Amino acid sequence: MATTAAAAAHRPLGLLAELTHRCPLGCPYCSNPLRLDRAQAELDTATWSRLWREAAALGILQVHLSGGEPAARRDLVEIAAAAHDAGLYCNLITSAVGLTTHRLAALAEAGLEHVQISIQDSIPAVADHIAGYAGAFARKRALAEEVVRLKLQLTVNAVVHRANIERIGDMVDLALALGASRVEIAHVQYHGWALTNRAVLMPTRAQVERAIALVEELRSRHRGRIVIDAVVPDYHARYPKPCTGGWGRRSLNVTPSGKVLPCHAAESITGLEFWNVREHSLADIWTHSPAFNAFRGTAWMQQPCISCPRREQDFGGCRCQAFALTGNAAAADPVCHLSPAHAVVTALSAVSESGEYTYRRM
Amino acid sequence: MGTTPVIASDAHPRLPRGVRLVHSEAHGGWVLLAPERVFKADSIAAEIIKRCTGAASFGEIIEDLVRTYSAPRDKIVGDVTALLAGLAEKRLLEL
Repeated sequence: MATTAAAAAHRPLGLLAELTHRCPLGCPYCSNPLRLDRAQAELDTATWSRLWREAAALGILQVHLSGGEPAARRDLVEIAAAAHDAGLYCNLITSAVGLTTHRLAALAEAGLEHVQISIQDSIPAVADHIAGYAGAFARKRALAEEVVRLKLQLTVNAVVHRANIERIGDMVDLALALGASRVEIAHVQYHGWALTNRAVLMPTRAQVERAIALVEELRSRHRGRIVIDAVVPDYHARYPKPCTGGWGRRSLNVTPSGKVLPCHAAESITGLEFWNVREHSLADIWTHSPAFNAFRGTAWMQQPCISCPRREQDFGGCRCQAFALTGNAAAADPVCHLSPAHAVVTALSAVSESGEYTYRRM
Repeated sequence: MGTTPVIASDAHPRLPRGVRLVHSEAHGGWVLLAPERVFKADSIAAEIIKRCTGAASFGEIIEDLVRTYSAPRDKIVGDVTALLAGLAEKRLLEL
């Protein structure tokens, strides 16, 4: 079967592990699904440890311990140690709230190599309002300093939207002051809770254009001091993003309850069959699970993708976005200007309004 | 950009904590692992990066590579400088 051959040809590089959906923050752009897994449904320590060994055998090189807030797991240090012992490069993606300096030191001792801390703004009061948590900014700052003191690699992840897009320069300065080696300027992607809050998060086209130019300027200004990676604001783009580097091609995502997804938003596509690590090995899931084979390669594509010279470059864009905006997960991502549904994106990207956030809550 | 980078011969290049070179059967060769990033390294790049432990100076690394590969010194200095300066710019190497 062609899809099985493609699975063998492409070995995954990274595994995003959503250890829990519990999180003290309420960020309105959270990429988690609207229906969150409860604590009692979460995989146990032994299952995550088994998964790390299967991941390493499959060729996976890096794990990203994420959530929710991964520090909400009492066994986070054991989980990280097991990943390190399996030979995996271990990243922690944290809000910093709920992670004590004592536990951070234990994680460093266990083999953690890199910490990514999200920030919501460079102005503390605005940041705390976006996070829906008083005092979050101060705690992020303190933990970032501790990460650097322990000589762990630090990435600052600045999620950008209407309320903070004018302060990208200040957020990069903050990342530099904290000693980060890398900063992500991540324009909100409209999945999960961000889709619910789309109109209040959406920046104007003029703001997006200024932001893109500024990031280029900051890159050359800070060259060699800090790496600036950017997640592009795709509603305002001409071509779609190659979501996750191509479906079932480079990475996979494990939910708190053990479902394995080609990307973190994949459950938003109805009708796909996801397999669970409680019943299948990771190698079996990567190669044979119906969800992974649904959009692997190019055989599933329709026009205009199937005859597009960029089909192996952006793989038709984001399947979740195609489904959310057209109802057809095999359609071209309507972000693409060649998509017959592109007018939908143009119309939605023009709707930017002030209003209250719907905070992400259990 | 536009200027040729120069690395002092007494610099001691080293990979910082959180950047590691590993061999991966599944991915068919050497890879440099860094925060949320993976870079493939060809066998020559891997031989150079393996020597960046902080123990040897840049000058000693060049001597070692000239002996090992019996290649012209100028060519080796140029290639190694380009590789290491590129890694340093990406914060993957300390000089």
